[in-house]
Amino acid sequence: MPVIRDVMPAFELFQPTSIADTLGLLDRHENSWIMAGGLDSFDWLKDRIKRPEVVIDLGGVAELRGIREADGGVEIGANTTLTEVAGHPVVKDKFKLLAEAAGIVASPQIRNQGSLGGNVAQDTRCHYYRAGWPCYRAGGNICYADTPTAVNREHAILEADRCVAVSPSDTAPALIALDAQMVVRNGDGERVIPARDFFIGPWLDITRMTMLERGDLLVSIRIPGTFAGKPHYFEKVRDRQVWDFPLVNVASTMPTNGNTIEDARIVIGGVAARPLRLVAVEDAIRGRARNEETANLAAEIATQGAAPLRHNAYKIPLMQNLVKRAIRGEGQWTS
Amino acid sequence: MDLVTWARSPWGEDVLTHISWSLLWASIVGGVLFLLAHGGYMLFSRHDKRAAGEVDRMEAQRAGLPARITRHTFVARMFHWVMAVAMLALVITAFVPIIGIKQFAWVEWHWWAGILLTGSILFHLVHATFFLDFWSIWVGPKDIPEFKAEMMRELGKEHGGPKPGKYPLGNRLYHLVVMLAGLAVIITGLLMMFRVRNPIVDRNPYLMGDPAWGITYVLHGLGGVGFVGLIMAHIYFALRPEKLWVTRSMLLGWITRREYLEHHDPDRWKTPTRPSPSTHV
Repeated sequence: MPVIRDVMPAFELFQPTSIADTLGLLDRHENSWIMAGGLDSFDWLKDRIKRPEVVIDLGGVAELRGIREADGGVEIGANTTLTEVAGHPVVKDKFKLLAEAAGIVASPQIRNQGSLGGNVAQDTRCHYYRAGWPCYRAGGNICYADTPTAVNREHAILEADRCVAVSPSDTAPALIALDAQMVVRNGDGERVIPARDFFIGPWLDITRMTMLERGDLLVSIRIPGTFAGKPHYFEKVRDRQVWDFPLVNVASTMPTNGNTIEDARIVIGGVAARPLRLVAVEDAIRGRARNEETANLAAEIATQGAAPLRHNAYKIPLMQNLVKRAIRGEGQWTS
Repeated sequence: MDLVTWARSPWGEDVLTHISWSLLWASIVGGVLFLLAHGGYMLFSRHDKRAAGEVDRMEAQRAGLPARITRHTFVARMFHWVMAVAMLALVITAFVPIIGIKQFAWVEWHWWAGILLTGSILFHLVHATFFLDFWSIWVGPKDIPEFKAEMMRELGKEHGGPKPGKYPLGNRLYHLVVMLAGLAVIITGLLMMFRVRNPIVDRNPYLMGDPAWGITYVLHGLGGVGFVGLIMAHIYFALRPEKLWVTRSMLLGWITRREYLEHHDPDRWKTPTRPSPSTHV
């Protein structure tokens, strides 16, 4: 029987004006859905794949918006739009990596509506999962994307564990590279989760992509001053240059002393269910000259253990080249 | 409460996916209720060992029995404990993430533990068939007189019926249930290895159709949650004061001559009059 998808299904809409009210609603309504910019939410709701009884619209919660300087870094409200993040003078001055990443998400219209919190907390784009097929991530017992005849060009080459979906976020790799911290609140209080640990793979919970659980609300994102103004690199490769999710993206920060790499954060998105911080690469290049030899070494290490599916082996050389370019620090992104 | 979960396949078929995790809680609650009921019953039950006078007389008649009688050989004990480690690892890796105590990369640990369990069971099949008294653990119609006698003793009535051979009736029934549940989880688990990437078999999700996979997952889940209650009962009996002599025998291998005569029928579990661990089964 065909499903009518052209109208929004019925649900109870709440529009709280404070974080406390939001947490109260989350506590009271088990089958609830948090909506920030609505860009991920509306697909799920109109397609009837997710069927919440209650939708909590964060649009009226002023506490969740804005960018504040703090201790040499910044604290960004989770519902601050991507346009605001990309254009904020302090972010552009100190954390240009994030400004670049936020500024390349989707299209201007989407960035005007989409929030930083929504961009990092969005669900995967796996078309089998989003079509409502009963895959592992949807609570079933199979991955439709990991079969010999599946369309899996956009899927994972690393860390696949039954599910091969990937994180689609552009800002998440940048936040990990900047050692950001995610501030999460629920009825029991507040906890601060390093961005590196905020994103999780299917081995930890195959039905979630982040540490956020029912009742949790991502309140803000803190970026310490550690890498403020330091050399950085961001590049996103996508099928359509107008607007698209990344096939692979890379974000790095790399303080140098002369030509020697003092420290590094290199994070790759689009290759696994979570943005992967390449710790082995970082360890290998720390203290080395920022040159072609180091870039080649890093690229070799970066893809160790990669297991491509039928249609995504191209991601291996793509990832290697992006890592090389991050180490070379080749100007602006070009793709 | 749903017993199983269903999903609509891309081809519009309703297929089983797995059991409802409510059954895990049902198994835990069932196990706890059994422990409470049995513990309460045992406060009033007569223990089923022979009267001291009768044991004295039997001991005098069987003066050639060694002071310590081997109940479990070293190899048999090693199998038991390896299997126990594998089983506990399987239950922990399967259910700890589900009940939310700790989330971790459980799948690889789970199937490695499953391989260990499968290997230990294969070893046990060979060992029990060729080196142990294979039939001593099985239960069948021949045990009806023993069952009747045990029931009468539990009701406090003296009964001249047979005492157990090497294994008490409850022990044999438990083994039967564990064997069935074990076969279910091992066979389905080996099939499920084809659904995950591992170095042992090539992944092939097309090995069976969706309905057959659904049944496989449901059987695996039923066996798994069944083991939660079974393990609870097993540990409970191992720790009960009147059963500690059995537990000791699984640790050290032996029971005393008096324990042998108190709890067993020497005609049904014949043991040499000279200690020789390699021939005691």
